[in-house]
Amino acid sequence: MADPMKIRAAARGDVVDVRVLMAHEMETGQRKDAAGKLVPAWFISDVTASLNGKPVVKAFWGPAVSKNPYLQFKVKGGKAGDKISITWIDNKGEKRTDEVTVS
Amino acid sequence: MIFSRREALKGGAGMGVYGAMLALGMISPGTAQAQAAMQAAFQAKGIPDTLKALGAAGATESADITIVSPDIAENGAVVPVGVNSKIPNTDMVALLVDKNPNALAGAYQFMDGGVAEVNMRVKMGQSSDVVAIVRADGKFYMAKKEIKVTLGGCGG
Repeated sequence: MADPMKIRAAARGDVVDVRVLMAHEMETGQRKDAAGKLVPAWFISDVTASLNGKPVVKAFWGPAVSKNPYLQFKVKGGKAGDKISITWIDNKGEKRTDEVTVS
Repeated sequence: MIFSRREALKGGAGMGVYGAMLALGMISPGTAQAQAAMQAAFQAKGIPDTLKALGAAGATESADITIVSPDIAENGAVVPVGVNSKIPNTDMVALLVDKNPNALAGAYQFMDGGVAEVNMRVKMGQSSDVVAIVRADGKFYMAKKEIKVTLGGCGG
């Protein structure tokens, strides 16, 4: 199972600033290993962010996103105490969801 | 090749995940088409083809889109790039790196409450133009910025 995400969500006025750090290899499929064989692509392809269970931002990623991806976005209409949950799915079908409370 | 792998995923295991997501109500069936379009866009090479795949051919340049990034990135494996759109009703933002093997790096959809301002980190094989595509009220806009890379991000 993948490592947990680090999520920080802070409310400034009615805008919630969310920063996420995910732990993922993000292999491009272009790189070769020591034996000269292509390392197969392995990357997060879908990220969904929800505020109190309602999706607010959806991300579609390709292998060009850096290793251990960082994502920062803003959500209007949130306040301290609300729940922000992030779900990612990679191209092997593995997924992970983490939730934080807005501070 | 990665393409055959992707095809396999789309047809086989990918559908299983998709079905599960559907069951969880995470994605509505209406977005299935968008999902397929995205897949095609990620496989497109070069900016013109990617724009076509996104349906964004003929996007007009706009000064209301800002690409936030360093002019010179030291490490191509981790280039911080932010896109900020001030165009009202922006519902999609895509980020393209011209000289990468597949230009599209990431695309974002904004629903109720999502603010069209995202920051991420991308890999860049070499110095290249970075293009942000924004969709607002069904129209496409774009902005461009050149980022110089001192050290490429492809395995090294």
